[in-house]
Amino acid sequence: MEIAVISGKGGTGKSSITAAIANALCNVVLADCDVDTANLHLLFNPEIEEEESFVGAETAVIDYDICINCGECMNYCRFDAISKDKNENIVISDIFCDGCGLCEKICPEKAISMLASTDSKLLTGNFRFGKMVLGHLAPGEENSGKLVNLVRDRAREISKTNNIEHIIIDGPPGIGCPVISTVTGVDYCIIVTEPSLSGLHDLKRTIELVESFKLNFGILINKADLNDKINVKITEFCNQNNYNLLGQINFDTNFVEAMLNTKTIGKMFPESESYGMIEKMIEKVLQSLSES
Amino acid sequence: MQENNKNSISIAVASGKGGTGKTMLSSSLFNSIKNKYDDVVLLDADAEEPNDLLFFDAEEISSTDVTQKIPVIDVNKCKFCGKCRDWCNYNAIFLLASTKFIKLTEELCHGCGACSVACEFGAITEKDASLGSVKNFICDGKKNLYEAKMHQGVMTPVNVIKAVHKITNKHKIRIIDSPPGTSCPFIHAVAEVDYIILITEPTPFGLSDLKQSISTLESMNKKYGVVVNKAGLGNRAIYDYLSSEGIELLLEIPFDKDIARKYSEGKIISNFKPELAKDLEKIFDYLLNKYGNSSN
Repeated sequence: MEIAVISGKGGTGKSSITAAIANALCNVVLADCDVDTANLHLLFNPEIEEEESFVGAETAVIDYDICINCGECMNYCRFDAISKDKNENIVISDIFCDGCGLCEKICPEKAISMLASTDSKLLTGNFRFGKMVLGHLAPGEENSGKLVNLVRDRAREISKTNNIEHIIIDGPPGIGCPVISTVTGVDYCIIVTEPSLSGLHDLKRTIELVESFKLNFGILINKADLNDKINVKITEFCNQNNYNLLGQINFDTNFVEAMLNTKTIGKMFPESESYGMIEKMIEKVLQSLSES
Repeated sequence: MQENNKNSISIAVASGKGGTGKTMLSSSLFNSIKNKYDDVVLLDADAEEPNDLLFFDAEEISSTDVTQKIPVIDVNKCKFCGKCRDWCNYNAIFLLASTKFIKLTEELCHGCGACSVACEFGAITEKDASLGSVKNFICDGKKNLYEAKMHQGVMTPVNVIKAVHKITNKHKIRIIDSPPGTSCPFIHAVAEVDYIILITEPTPFGLSDLKQSISTLESMNKKYGVVVNKAGLGNRAIYDYLSSEGIELLLEIPFDKDIARKYSEGKIISNFKPELAKDLEKIFDYLLNKYGNSSN
């Protein structure tokens, strides 16, 4: 069973809540799919068993011994990645290069080759609530969706071989390809939001996304007491649309306190209202999954 | 070069971690300087989740559709040779030659044009597919707000982000609200700016993500400085890191629930915190003098 925790807007508390869910379920495969800026390992300090490099996007590279500076590649590149520098030499920007490989194929001198980066990593290991898989995208690297898929594949393998029922996924913010890769085919999405105009706006875009994939989902309002009016608005919005409101957590500095001690809120403040709410929420989710 | 010669600069506000105050800072920075300098614009380049317009009473005046090319395969001309599939680096073309079946997965296509160059039988033409829009808004009589917005279901906001940069690059002073993270959307939002303000919070997550942002910016040879938001929350580790690495700390904004509350209502914080407006003005002057371009 795969449960993804996502939120269109960043900083709503996704990772802290994901960590607390792992804590509440005790034995899980935890998949950190926020491969761009993975954070969960900071709380759990997993003991890494395996490290593999991930072959990322390709970038075009010119061999200047062969290049005759004809400029043909420039004419074909649609990503504004090829230009002439001050000395009239052809240069390819690795920032703008999309890795399509067209320049390599049309170069009359065969002076261009495609080079794949292998700096990104896929890590697997043990942590106190089970097994953990995390992707670590190298700085400036692309293809995060592909790495997310790899993290999820590995998490499913581990879940099978170790007979661990629940896979909990911490997702990236936004609605683009890494998020789509994170939620495709999961059993449930927990959407974490906060009562602000931005939070509500991003929540709507995230719901559109998960609905387009026909996924089961519920909504958790974090920092609920930040703005009562907008909190009510989000609650009404959920009720009107028959969306499952999983719970509300008030603004709680215990989350930060626990993070500073590299612990989950459940470990450090097991009696806190916030953790109680998370335990209740995950029960609700599991129940709704067992009914469906 | 004379200091007062400088009148143009592009400054991006960015952060690896989401929710650290990017939009709060960019809207406040923009508001603090927009009447002091000529031709100041704010770009919302967080094209997956653009939010800046929630903070302004603004009216849309123009919209530019952002498109990419998508191949159209004419099966009557196609010989099912497979060259287009072989040239596609994104696995967007699926071909079963034995049953004469060929299909494009539009979501995977990046519009590079390789397949149409590859095809020797003239079977591939191209059409435009819409990815999103760049909208211009008028606020207080000035057309100074731009929003890049990606359509739902589109894989990457990069093209829309590139478009908002292209459309606005004649403006003298640009403040860019960047998307979170450190991968392609972030990189394209900051690729051509003069300076990046990284905003973070003094927590372990904030610090970890800040380091990620910094190593990306270092690999791009970019100039940057740091604003610590929600100061007082968390611990001192971030300050130790900044001073040991010699990274410029531009400003601290104290943790304040009142800021969070006003922000949640769609209010621009510098309008309520005159000391913040003054600080931001000062920082801007400093950055303009140091990293701005001369008028010629």
